Amino acid sequence: MTIIGNALNAITARGLVASIDYSEWTRVLLLEDYNTRLVVFATTLLGLSAGVIGSFTLLRKRALLGDALSHATLPGIGLAFLMAPTFGFEGKSLPVLLSGAAISGSVGMLAILVIRNLTKLKEDAALGIVLSVFFGGGLVLLGLAQQMPEGHAAGLESFIYGKTASIVAQDARWIFGAGTISLAVLVLLYKELKLLCFDDGFASSLGYPTVWLDFVLMAVVVLVTIVGLQAVGLVLMIALLVIPAASARFWTRSLYQMTMLAGSIGAISGMLGSMISGLAPRLPSGAMIVLTSAVFFLSSMLFGRQRGVVIQAIRRWTTRRRIDRRHVLRGIYELLETQTTRPEVSPVEATAGNWVGLNALQESRTWSNRRMLAEVNRLREQGLLRTRDHEAALTATGLLEARRLTREHRLWELYLITHADVAAERVDRDAERIEDCLEPVMIEELESLLEKAVAVGRVPISPHEIDMSTRLAEG
Amino acid sequence: MTSTLPLRIEDLTVAYHRKPVIWDVAFDVKPGSLVGVVGPNGAGKSTLLKACMDLIPVASGRVSIFGEPYKVNRHRVGYVPQRESVDWDFPVSALDVVTMGLYREIGWFRPVRKKHKQAARDAMEQVGLADLEGRQISQLSGGQQQRTFLARALVQDADLYFMDEPFAAVDAATEKAIVQILRGMKQQGKTAIVIHHDLQTVPEYFDHVVLLNMRVVANGPTEEVFTTENLQKTYGGRLTLLDQVTEAMRRRDKGE
Repeated sequence: MTIIGNALNAITARGLVASIDYSEWTRVLLLEDYNTRLVVFATTLLGLSAGVIGSFTLLRKRALLGDALSHATLPGIGLAFLMAPTFGFEGKSLPVLLSGAAISGSVGMLAILVIRNLTKLKEDAALGIVLSVFFGGGLVLLGLAQQMPEGHAAGLESFIYGKTASIVAQDARWIFGAGTISLAVLVLLYKELKLLCFDDGFASSLGYPTVWLDFVLMAVVVLVTIVGLQAVGLVLMIALLVIPAASARFWTRSLYQMTMLAGSIGAISGMLGSMISGLAPRLPSGAMIVLTSAVFFLSSMLFGRQRGVVIQAIRRWTTRRRIDRRHVLRGIYELLETQTTRPEVSPVEATAGNWVGLNALQESRTWSNRRMLAEVNRLREQGLLRTRDHEAALTATGLLEARRLTREHRLWELYLITHADVAAERVDRDAERIEDCLEPVMIEELESLLEKAVAVGRVPISPHEIDMSTRLAEG
Repeated sequence: MTSTLPLRIEDLTVAYHRKPVIWDVAFDVKPGSLVGVVGPNGAGKSTLLKACMDLIPVASGRVSIFGEPYKVNRHRVGYVPQRESVDWDFPVSALDVVTMGLYREIGWFRPVRKKHKQAARDAMEQVGLADLEGRQISQLSGGQQQRTFLARALVQDADLYFMDEPFAAVDAATEKAIVQILRGMKQQGKTAIVIHHDLQTVPEYFDHVVLLNMRVVANGPTEEVFTTENLQKTYGGRLTLLDQVTEAMRRRDKGE
């Protein structure tokens, strides 16, 4: 109960205000304090490298690998603490603990490979098994460590949830070293890893040792995880490997930009998260870093320029609008064509100002009255239509536009029929003008076909209704 | 002379787990030939190609590329994998993919340079994708994706090409482009081993045929080997297929 009470106390405004005064803010935000500088620097670098590495594991479809590997480090930490005194080391020295973490992380990595390659189990099963078994083993070892008489094992559990406050200058050097190494590996192997993630079969055909490249990628994950143990903790490490990369994916279609962006998002999350945690020491740093990156993820998911939810909704909506616009204008034009009764006037020459019943327009398609009327109103506002009770008429500009759209539609349909073999490649119904997609010669050819079709008897209300095979045979 | 054969396969057996997929496969390929590998689904066509390139372990037998193991002569081999084998949503441009064919030439750790990009552009022009180099690959049509793969193989400037169903589900323009490229290769004395599923076009595209159904049913020059009888042995005499073949034979006879 007291724990919950304390946490609540820390989170409520009263608790925060009570623990922070003005000088505290400047100390943290302006990085006045040496230790704060150290912590912020370390977590920034951590976020940066995790973001870049995560881009590759995400694209290799191994995003969860990091989770299993980070959990697999725990038994190593426990064992290192228990065994260090026997070898004359200080049990709580960071290099000793992190070496233990690295070793058991590597053992976890091997276990995944062995389970996957020797059995018919899929990778997700191997990951689940390694994650839970290693984490369970680690918890037991930590429990043993805390029962040791000469103990002072307190603090070991900070590796589980992360505690930046425990970082000292010596640790920062380790973090800096490991982060730099992993980034350097990725920069050097950028092109090779890109190929591995995109097409591993082709990579092996070129003679690349794909197994080793995968191994290097895993090793870098282990390395950055160890770096992250103190700052975010092993439970939440996966977030830094997945969230920045997944966020970056919403913004770009280039791998280079994706790695840069993921690195930046990771770095900023690391920085802000550790600063917040510095201001309110009772808020766990790992959780704050993860929550900061979650803000980036959420905004990327919503507003991402390439695949964001909003942009996709806008794309769908504008497409719908464009299609509706075409349907209304072409529908009216085609109705006008059928209304023309004077045989001496070429029926394609529908005229402006003739009224068309909206009921007939609605029946020409499977659309709701509301949707059609909305588009009719928009066209009226644009000056392409005039309306009165249940009727609409094209204005002069409206007629031009409707004629253009109808012609275009018919040319496309003719193109599909006469050039079915190549058509699928070229048809771009969304293109503003058919001239942008097809060569002038082709358009001339199609136009003469269309004229012929018109000349021979009835109007092509729509080429669906012309029997093209006979038309072409006659032509 | 035998050492100059682009491809020699001797009693090759490949097994997944305990089940053999292809066994006792043996044939030679002469320089400058276009070889169509034909057979029903599950006949082990892809397996055969992959085994030739050491992509999967071989249970027994030997594959020689220009008289040496694949490892020695792999710089003389180009590969066009099946289009479905990769994720086309991957964040790279068409030019990036084509450049991948040059990675070995560029070397470990070194970045792609201007001349490599130019070589990739030239290859894209050859397959008719000149104006699409910056396009992200998910925005390419199926045929354009296939041609991107082909361009990637072209920049490899190999002497022997393995192609896994390059004609699968492509439009006529792409099919024409691929056939043109294949003929150009032949003229330069290059060799291509192509997995093909459309029996009708086999006589038109390939001068040699390997009929495969877990073992080699027949192999040799198309006019000798590509017979109704052999196809019946390969496919087990399914009627619709045989109709297709009769049609193809008729066409071929007319053409000759």
